[in-house]
Order: sequence, then structure tokens, then C-alpha cells
Amino acid sequence: MSGATTTRNTLRVIVLILVASLVIGPLLASFFGGFKSNAELRTNPLGLPDTWNAENYVAIFLDGTFWRYLGNSFLISSMTVLLTLVVGAAAAYVFSQIRFFGSKMILSYLLLGLMFPFAAAILPLFIKVRDLGLLDTYWAVILPQTAFGLSLAILLFKAFFDQLPRELFEAAYVDGCSYLRFFWSFTLPLSTPILATVGVFVFVQSWNNFLLPLVVLNDRSIYTWPLGMMQFQGEYLTQWNMILAFVTLTITPAVIFFLAAQKYIVAGLTGGSVKG
Amino acid sequence: MTTMTRPAVHKRSNADRLRQGLASGKFTAVLILLPPALILFSLFVILPLADAAYYSVFSWNGYGTPSNFVGTQNYTRLLDHSVFHTALWNTAKLILVSLIIQMPLALGLALLVYRKTPTNTLFRLVFFLPYILAEVAAGLIWSFVFDGDYGITAFMFQALGQESVYVLADRQWAFPAIMTVIVWKYFGFHMMIYIAALQSVPKDLIEAAKLEGAKPRQVALFVQIPLIKHAIVVSGFFAIIGSLQIFDIIIPMTNGGPSNSTHTIVTYLYTFGLSRLNIGFGSAAAVVLFVLAIGIALFYQRATAKEERA
Repeated sequence: MSGATTTRNTLRVIVLILVASLVIGPLLASFFGGFKSNAELRTNPLGLPDTWNAENYVAIFLDGTFWRYLGNSFLISSMTVLLTLVVGAAAAYVFSQIRFFGSKMILSYLLLGLMFPFAAAILPLFIKVRDLGLLDTYWAVILPQTAFGLSLAILLFKAFFDQLPRELFEAAYVDGCSYLRFFWSFTLPLSTPILATVGVFVFVQSWNNFLLPLVVLNDRSIYTWPLGMMQFQGEYLTQWNMILAFVTLTITPAVIFFLAAQKYIVAGLTGGSVKG
Repeated sequence: MTTMTRPAVHKRSNADRLRQGLASGKFTAVLILLPPALILFSLFVILPLADAAYYSVFSWNGYGTPSNFVGTQNYTRLLDHSVFHTALWNTAKLILVSLIIQMPLALGLALLVYRKTPTNTLFRLVFFLPYILAEVAAGLIWSFVFDGDYGITAFMFQALGQESVYVLADRQWAFPAIMTVIVWKYFGFHMMIYIAALQSVPKDLIEAAKLEGAKPRQVALFVQIPLIKHAIVVSGFFAIIGSLQIFDIIIPMTNGGPSNSTHTIVTYLYTFGLSRLNIGFGSAAAVVLFVLAIGIALFYQRATAKEERA
């Protein structure tokens, strides 16, 4: 009996290690590749570098455009998070706390975004953003991203607000608190867990977004990092060691962020899957 | 009993007073808090989707107002275009691979690591890692893996004494390579959904099955998997809707090539609609994408609802 259990457990661990190495292998190859010469990459694409030569990494580190791409992405993602949290929470609060005619219909309307593929709107979005004179501005990315993130944000916020104790609201009323005041002084401060979850999720999506920036940003000084990375790849073409160093450096913040915020990311996933 | 009802009555009268007292502040609050969401959503989600339908009946390069009305001509051109057929077929392949390979893989791994132990947590983080990476970064890393001169596949071919294959430049191998990357990138996401569900399966049910002599495989098959059906349904939905929208991974890997063999609906509408400024034509492709997404969502909802009732 226990013999069978041990065999099974050994088998389990072997399978897990095998899958894990298939998952991590390409990432490690990329990290190591950044230290190799192109000649070494040809003969040894996967293993440790012969000599740890950091000059590719240093070159990218000292290059201002790399930091500009990261800075642009950071600005756009932060603004998207801020706007999504404020606008989404405000709307969700209305649906959660205030009963008024038509509120259900308006809510269904705002949740339609859960079904719509973002890409189907990309051509008219380009036209719209251009007609608004926003091409090559941060807003060209921030506003549509926020709009498309709103449905999920409102859904998650409303579910959370619905569970806040009503007694609190009644007590606040006795003290003469208005809806607006209550939203600002009670609902928002009590909602930090869900604000963090939605915020992390929106941030990651915005940080990784490629299609929208590709379509609405032309000016290289305003490129986000995925665009910058494609640009870089175009310039260095087959200098794989440089490209791999660049990729490694740009995914590092994402990996660190993920390890720090994994709790909220997982919460967001399971929260999102509850909706059915 | 009386102590149970009294607070309830008290509560209700309080709620009534509330409703009366705040009737005036109510509309101010609605008028301040709701419009930002409504305006943003209408302007950048609903309106563009409506515009896509409108533009799709014009031959229009995106400048000035659309005036060259062509009726359904964009759609007939689209349906006659062999590259669009390829794009549709590739998208269908992505859906199938997601459902037939990716989801079972994710489910199997979830069953292996759902219990809360330190090693399991570590494996979970590793499996989830690709999901967090930007698609473009994942695409570039794998472009290297599949590179015919430098990559890992080239190295393997050489080690086997074979002529190197330029996987991403090969009509036969490029799309399977892309599908591999997509499974690599997204299986962790589905695994996480299953893990969350598996952790909420009552332990005593599993214990009871074990006491009755069920093997682990039987416990999984007859107790755990049926109990997380809901999570599987949800993850299936995400897999299908996600497959319809694959774009970012293709661009760095093949950009739709070689000879347009790896297009999906979205790379198609980007390449043939926007890059060449055929806004009308691209919009027709967008409408097809939209209809497919909504159609599949509704069909899926109905099918799973029926199954749950049965």
C-alpha cells in the first residue's frame, strides 16, 4: 500500500518537474542567451554561458530609449488603473446602494463589454481616437483601455459592495451622511482588497497590451515597451543575444510584480470565474 | 423567537426612514457617479462596435466621411478570400487545441498540485508564470527557440544529425509551433481556475470515496471533476473567446506568414484592414469576429445551461 503511494508520488513529482522545465526552459534560455555571444548561441542555445558577459544587458540599461519605453508603459498603466478604479467603483456603488428606475438595464448595458471582443472595435477605435485628435497621446491608450476594462471592474466591485454590511450605511445615515459622502468615506476605504485585485489585474493587462498601442501610437517617443521591443527586434534582426537581453530585461519587472502581487492576481482570477 | 424578530422590525423601519431621507441626495449621487462610466463605455466600446457595422458597407480608406457605399461587397470579397478561410480555419484550430489539449492538461496538473503544500505552491507559480508575460515577449522568446540557425530546435536537429528546419518559415510547421506557444502561455490560467474550484470541494466527500476503496483516479473522475463542472464550463468559455482574439503572439512569431498561412481573424483584420487602410473591408472582418464571438457565447451559454438542467 505505502509502496504504491510512494511510486505514485515519485511519478507525480517527475511529471511536475518535466512540465516545469518545459515552462521555464525558454525563459532561462532567454536569460542566459543575453550573456552569450551570437556565436556561442549557435552552438549552445540552452545551457549556461561560457563566460558571463553582461555587456548586452549593460548596453540596454544605458540606453535611454529602453527607460523611456518602460516609463511610458508605467504612466499609461498607472493612469488606466486609477481611472478604472475611480470610474468603475463609482458606477458599481450606484448599482449596489441606490435603487432607481432603469438601474438594472443600465447595469446590463455596462456589462455587455464582457462578451465583446476588443479586437472587433479596433479599426473604428483608431478612427475615433484620430478624430478626437488623440493619436500619439497617452490618452489614446488610457481611455479605450479603461472603457474596455470597466465591465469586469463593475462586476467585481458590485459583488463586493453588495456584501458590505447594510447596518453601517444605516448608522451613517443617522449621522446625516449623504450617498456621495458615504461612497467616499466608507465604501472606498472598506474596499481595499477588491480595489487591489482589480487594480493589479488592470495593470497587468495594460502593461502587456500590444494591439491598441500598436494602432494608436506612431511616435516612437511615446511607445510602450511591447512596441519598443518589436522596434528593437526589427533593428537587431538576427542579433539574438541583444534581443534576448532586451526581452529578459523587460519581462523582469513583470515577474517581480507577479511574485509580489500573486495573491491579488489569483483572487482576481477566481473572482472573475465566479460570474459564470 | 421574539428576540429574533424584534431587531428585524427595527431594521425595516430604519431602512424606510433611510429611503425617505435620502431621496433628495439619491439623484445627485446617481448623476455624479454614473455618467463617467456610461460616457467612457459608450464612446469607446459600444460606439466603435456600431461604427464597425456601419463602415463595413463602405469602400473607405478612413479619410473624410465614408461615401462610397458598396453594400455587401466587402463581405462577399471577404468570404471569397482564401486567406480569410485560412484565418477562420486557424482560429478553429486554436479553439480545438485549447479544448482538447490545453484544458485536460491544465485539469490534470491542477489535480496534481491543488493541495496546499509549499512544493505545490512553487509548481503553481511556475506554471502560472507564462500567463503573466506579455504575449509579445513570449512570442519573441519562442521565435528564438524555433529559429533555424540559432534556436533550440536548430540545435536539436543538428544533434540528431538532421538538416535544420526553419520552423516558423515552414508552412507546415509554423502554425503548430504557434499553437504550442499558446498552450504554453495559457494553460496555467486554466489550471488556476480549476485549483480554486478543487479547493472548495468538501474534503469529507473525497475521504468517503477513499474509504469505499476508490483509487485516486476514480476519486478524480467521479467525485472531483463532476463537482468542479462549473469551473470547467467557465474556463471553456474563456478558452474559446480567447482563441478568437489571438493576435499578439502571431505578430512577433510569423506576422501572419509564411505566405499568409498563420493568420487568425484578428491578424487578418489588422493586416488587410488597417495596415492597408481598407477600413471598410477590415470592418467587415471585425463584424464577422463580433458575430462569431456573440454567437458562440450565446450558444455556449444555452448548451451548458441545458446540460446543467439535465
